[in-house]
Amino acid sequence: MPFDAANLLPILPEIAILITACVVLVVDLYLKEKDKGFNHTLSLLGLVVAIALTGAVGGGERQIFFDGNLVRDAMSDLLKGAILLVSLFAFIYARPWLKDRGMLVGEFYVLGLLAVLGMLIMVSANSFLTIYLGLELQALCLYALVAFDRDSKQGAEAAMKYFVLGALGSGMLLYGISMIYGATGSIEFGPVAQAVAEQGISNKVLVFGIVFLVIGIGFKFGAVPFHMWVPDIYEGAPTPAVLILGSAPKIAAFALAIRMLADGLQGLLADWQGMLIILAVLSMGLGNLVAIAQTNIKRMLAYSTISHVGFIFLGLLAGSAQGYASAMFYAIVYAVMAAGAFGILLILSREGFDAENLDDLKGLNDRDPWYAAMMAIIMFSMAGVPPTVGFMAKLLVLESVIRLDLVWLALLAVAFSIIGAFYYLRVVKFIYFDRPALNAPVLVTTGGVRAAMTLNGLALLALGLFPAALLSLCQAAFV
Amino acid sequence: MNEFPLLTLVIWLPIIGGVVVLASGDKSANLSKWIGLTFAVLTFLVSLGLWIGFDSTTAQMQFVERSAWIPTFNVEYFLGVDGISMPLIILTTFITIFVIVAGWEVITYKPSQYMAAFLIMNGIMVGVFSALDAILFYVFWEAMLIPMFIIIGVWGGPNRVYATIKFFLYTFFGSVFMLVALIYLYFQSGSFSILDFQGLQLGMTAQILIFIAFLLAFAVKVPMFPVHTWLPDAHVEAPTGGSVILAAIMLKIGGYGFLRFSMPITPDASASLAWLIIALSLIAILYIGFVALVQQDMKKLIAYSSIAHMGFVTLGFFIVFTIIQNPALSSGSVMGIEGGMVQMISHGFISGALFLCVGVLYDRVHSREIADYGGVVNTMPWFGAFMVFFAMSNAGLPGTSGFVGEFMVILATFRADFWWAVLAATTLILAAAFTLWMVKRVVFGEVKNDKVAVLQDLNARETFNLGALAAAVLALGLWPAPLMNVMHATVENLVTQVSVCKLPAAESADCVLARPAPIAELNGRPVAATH
Repeated sequence: MPFDAANLLPILPEIAILITACVVLVVDLYLKEKDKGFNHTLSLLGLVVAIALTGAVGGGERQIFFDGNLVRDAMSDLLKGAILLVSLFAFIYARPWLKDRGMLVGEFYVLGLLAVLGMLIMVSANSFLTIYLGLELQALCLYALVAFDRDSKQGAEAAMKYFVLGALGSGMLLYGISMIYGATGSIEFGPVAQAVAEQGISNKVLVFGIVFLVIGIGFKFGAVPFHMWVPDIYEGAPTPAVLILGSAPKIAAFALAIRMLADGLQGLLADWQGMLIILAVLSMGLGNLVAIAQTNIKRMLAYSTISHVGFIFLGLLAGSAQGYASAMFYAIVYAVMAAGAFGILLILSREGFDAENLDDLKGLNDRDPWYAAMMAIIMFSMAGVPPTVGFMAKLLVLESVIRLDLVWLALLAVAFSIIGAFYYLRVVKFIYFDRPALNAPVLVTTGGVRAAMTLNGLALLALGLFPAALLSLCQAAFV
Repeated sequence: MNEFPLLTLVIWLPIIGGVVVLASGDKSANLSKWIGLTFAVLTFLVSLGLWIGFDSTTAQMQFVERSAWIPTFNVEYFLGVDGISMPLIILTTFITIFVIVAGWEVITYKPSQYMAAFLIMNGIMVGVFSALDAILFYVFWEAMLIPMFIIIGVWGGPNRVYATIKFFLYTFFGSVFMLVALIYLYFQSGSFSILDFQGLQLGMTAQILIFIAFLLAFAVKVPMFPVHTWLPDAHVEAPTGGSVILAAIMLKIGGYGFLRFSMPITPDASASLAWLIIALSLIAILYIGFVALVQQDMKKLIAYSSIAHMGFVTLGFFIVFTIIQNPALSSGSVMGIEGGMVQMISHGFISGALFLCVGVLYDRVHSREIADYGGVVNTMPWFGAFMVFFAMSNAGLPGTSGFVGEFMVILATFRADFWWAVLAATTLILAAAFTLWMVKRVVFGEVKNDKVAVLQDLNARETFNLGALAAAVLALGLWPAPLMNVMHATVENLVTQVSVCKLPAAESADCVLARPAPIAELNGRPVAATH
């Protein structure tokens, strides 16, 4: 097939990110130590351009291009926009931390941008091969980011664990893909879906493949019982790396699941639905229960992630447009909440001090009432208390589960969310009810960070009060 | 219908006021207090518009506002009031003024956040009473927890963290099951409108499960025995204002829930489980009455007294089912519900006032132990007079509002079953015992210690608070007719609604309630009441 320049149009956002990464890589060589902040400016610029391009080339009919390897549809537009926006916030929050520790170097931004590129490719993938490439690009960058503080033993250990377990997960996924390829003779989602429709579940190889795919998805999401890496990595990695790997990649993981399970293997819903139910129940249960016992807030947020993954699975397993839309809403909202939560931890950190324990949040209301209010909103949103958007997200997934007549699953989910409410409330307790430690210094933050955090926190409130717009975007992705 | 969005104004005015107070910050404490008071008074005045414009001849929803909120799920911003919710809204805006005034000098730590929390809560609680969309209701219902959680946790007593987390988790626990029930009802009716829910035909199993889900939510809120244990803790630890709001309004939201959700949506389940609620109510009245008797802490005593008095409310509501199943009786049912409603409003005044009284003493002596007081009347004659008056009305003295509701409920219960009425009536003795004994120990007698000897009598601010509430208690006690008139049509309609079996035709053999006569009446809210 001859090269057609029009094919490049839909992937302009990806191209913009790639170019930015390359430019940062080169420019960084010529920057003096005190001018390293320019990397930051360049990266933000690249992200903003990519967001604008996503808007510009987005909309309209579903397009498939590059020999059926890539796709651009309503879902990819929205997910790309969300990934880019969340990453933008993540970069803004990370800057003061990096600067204080002399780590404001080009590598961080190059790795971060390439990880974003990987996520974008996952979102626009239309074949198992492309999605795998995107996944690996993202994962390799994240492994390196976890080990970014190279003098930190903990960071190195976390990176090693992440790499080994991540590779295992990828291996499972790849094995599953090979089975599917063997059974259907294609790696493109369209033809696979067709072949599945013809063969149905009679084909054992196909079902065997799905098991491995779901395990791979479970690994990438961090769902129980494939969650072992999550707490250790969250605790060990430097907070900016956790911020990057804990927020936007959840949206990408959602895309991974939806592309493979819904676009490719919708015909085998009956098979993967049961598996997802098990993963969802285990994740919600274990995540919420174990989070209670944590005193390290990063570790607590890790278990909280696991429980939220359970809720995202509740939407996915519905297997209907409604369910996918609710899971998508949840994934996006979760990414915004996680970015805000880790952002607050970065704000609380300062030179030579990392905010890692719940105690470090003590008396935040006395130190800075505004940040305290934002963190409280984030925590109430994670707990699913109205009027924050966390409630709307939970409402939508519950709705799609009850639609399936799985009322017991909905009851289980709300029961676990009561347990979960406890540890989020405990964070609010530290912020509001306790007085700050005597040696706690005044919080110093830049105007940019304050503006970003304000936007982030108020967005959770505004989306909770006016969820209709985002929701209809999510639903438009699955008509 | 009224074009002007009055309800929206009553909900959002205080919330905006709260944001303004927050923005004013703590640089000038007086400024934030005055802004807070201005907004509270304004909200009360605006809410009086609901009373003035209210048409008490109809059971229809009034001041209706309806616009799309989440169109894909048919969730609407749907507000409206009837004779049940309107008085409760005015109670809410009324009590908030006193709460703001009561915190005037006492709250020194971040007063602007304190004022803002109460203002925001005021708006949210009005929202709970006026929401006619189930999701909107749920959003307000849960959102209410956040300011209260912070009020108890930040300005509360020594054990505040335990108390406030217990309060939050208890209520959250109850309400999430209600959420599942609401979503289930949505799939049955196709919309989240509460009025549509009330017109649904539901099978017995579904009704029972939904009833239990609602019961979990409302029983925790009321609170009913055995899920009442959060209340004494929360009351004791909360600052005075928090206790007042909890007792005067938050508990009423549970009672309101029974009237708005449980009874009209699941009448058959309510009828078949009425014995359970009646039993729990009688336990609350008797057992909690005895528990109140032995309390050493004044706030705890009033908290237990609240549980006992709310037992009357639920008794009045559910006794209706016994009455309508008995063809020989016709009239008592309206009286039961109206008695429960009057009891709610009256208890809002009285319990609020009693907590303010305790607050007055606590601000001076910093103790809530009954044993630390004695002979207060010698140094604080005005305070003594108010305290005795409110204690009398808490005991149900005729002429005060406490008497009217209890009398009506006992009368209705008497029609249903003589022995239940006897049990319920013992509360008059018990309530008199535990309140008057407390008053005797605190107010009368010799001056007990040096702290009591130097007490200053009420200042102007406190006199205003207690005086206004005393006037309200007297007014409602002597002339309850205006309140009854407002709710009469709505309550009659509610009784008609709950006396009709809602089981589908296949199960109609199991109807304990009357078979539906004209089908038209079932679809949606039946309109005009039968006069």
